[in-house]
Amino acid sequence: MKKLSLLIALFAFSFNAASAKEWKEIRIGVEGAYPPFSKTEEDGSITGFDIDIANALCAELEAKCTLVKQDWDGIIPALLGRKFDAIIATMDITEERQKKVAFTKKYQHIPARFVAKKGVTYEATEAFMEGKKIGVQRATTMDLYISDNFPSAKIKRYGSADEAYLDLKAGRLDYVMADSAAIADGLLAKEGGDKFEFVGPKLNDPKWFGYGAGIAIRKQNKDLAEQLNKAIDAIRADGTYKTIQDKYFTFDVYGQE
Amino acid sequence: MDFSIILNEYQFYLDGLWTTTWLVALSLLIGLVIALPAGVLRSHPNWLIKGPIWAYMYFFRGTPLLVQLFLIYYGVAQFDSLRESWLWYYFQEAWFCALLAFSLNTGAYTAEIVRGVISTMPKGELEAAKAYGMSRLQILRRITLPNSLRRALPAYSNEIIFMIHGSAIAGVVTIVDITGAARVVNARYYAPFEAYLAAGVLYMCLTFSVIYLFKLWEKSYQHQ
Repeated sequence: MKKLSLLIALFAFSFNAASAKEWKEIRIGVEGAYPPFSKTEEDGSITGFDIDIANALCAELEAKCTLVKQDWDGIIPALLGRKFDAIIATMDITEERQKKVAFTKKYQHIPARFVAKKGVTYEATEAFMEGKKIGVQRATTMDLYISDNFPSAKIKRYGSADEAYLDLKAGRLDYVMADSAAIADGLLAKEGGDKFEFVGPKLNDPKWFGYGAGIAIRKQNKDLAEQLNKAIDAIRADGTYKTIQDKYFTFDVYGQE
Repeated sequence: MDFSIILNEYQFYLDGLWTTTWLVALSLLIGLVIALPAGVLRSHPNWLIKGPIWAYMYFFRGTPLLVQLFLIYYGVAQFDSLRESWLWYYFQEAWFCALLAFSLNTGAYTAEIVRGVISTMPKGELEAAKAYGMSRLQILRRITLPNSLRRALPAYSNEIIFMIHGSAIAGVVTIVDITGAARVVNARYYAPFEAYLAAGVLYMCLTFSVIYLFKLWEKSYQHQ
């Protein structure tokens, strides 16, 4: 009996020691289909703002990082299923998500916007949007916003923003809603993008869009969140953040502290 | 594990069940209309008739249903001439593209079933029919088709089940079928197990209904 309790104590101790570890190896889940935040290059490598931020944070933590590409739909289940330890994929911090995962502080905050063919008007009323075809990436904050505010519109949900752009170009959609920076880079700056423009105001109501994008981690890994928070502060303080930001954007993507 | 999610969102699943049902049923119906003449004419001696049917069946049985759906949904939208024609009225709708892909696909497989049972017709029955002085059309209507149908039923019930399961890919072109509903629910609550289990149960109900109906149908033939 004594032996058994000793064994349990030992086991508990080793478990404890493991959970309070310094994170030296971090697997990070990224999407790879949301330019300019993350996109998959022709050779299969992943680049983008999120990726550079991930690498900068890892350098700051002196940790060895592995990037794992994961479709948006399954990205939170994959985190919970321990396929990786953190998500850096422009994921807005919302109450609904906080029921499942924990977040670090925000590392960027970009408002969402509608985009439409030039000449198409937009009014933020339910009556105006009734029957209008709106494309959005499934399970994003934009999806919730449209579902709540324009339930009588024809909402088409896509696995990735790129697919929604395709259908907007083909004329199957009247509007697409996404992060304004993602639209600028993934649609407007591309071939044929000059036929489209932003409509309506910038949207960042915290009720739907949360408080900026943070790094999602499993709830039991609070120690990882603390380390990442410190690393975010550090790269913002030493100018690394600004260098990365200026590589992709001409404006401030962090917002207020 | 939290199955209250499914109860809260049951409306999504019911809509999905309805979408899957009419999409598959209509596809099967159109597919059958394609398959009967195609399967019969597939054995026609003239290459001008046999050739196009051969090519059609070869393509649709030779490529995955998902690829066919992508070709019709995304591929066709690439051509401006089609986008400016009246056809675009239909092709811009996801349900039409899915219906077209599914119908052509099941049509090709069913045509192969039709061709198979016709080519394995017992010769004696045909000779007897000829001896009675029936015309080609009469033989087809009175002997070949009923006899073939009887033998085709087990294979065709399989095709229906494959079609029900294959229809799960409709979700990739924004259609909210059963799988589409499960995806939305999963994406909203991050509960893949509950969401997809509910979808699985619905597909199982559909499949077992089909199996049951076909059993009844097959039995009705045995009594004759």
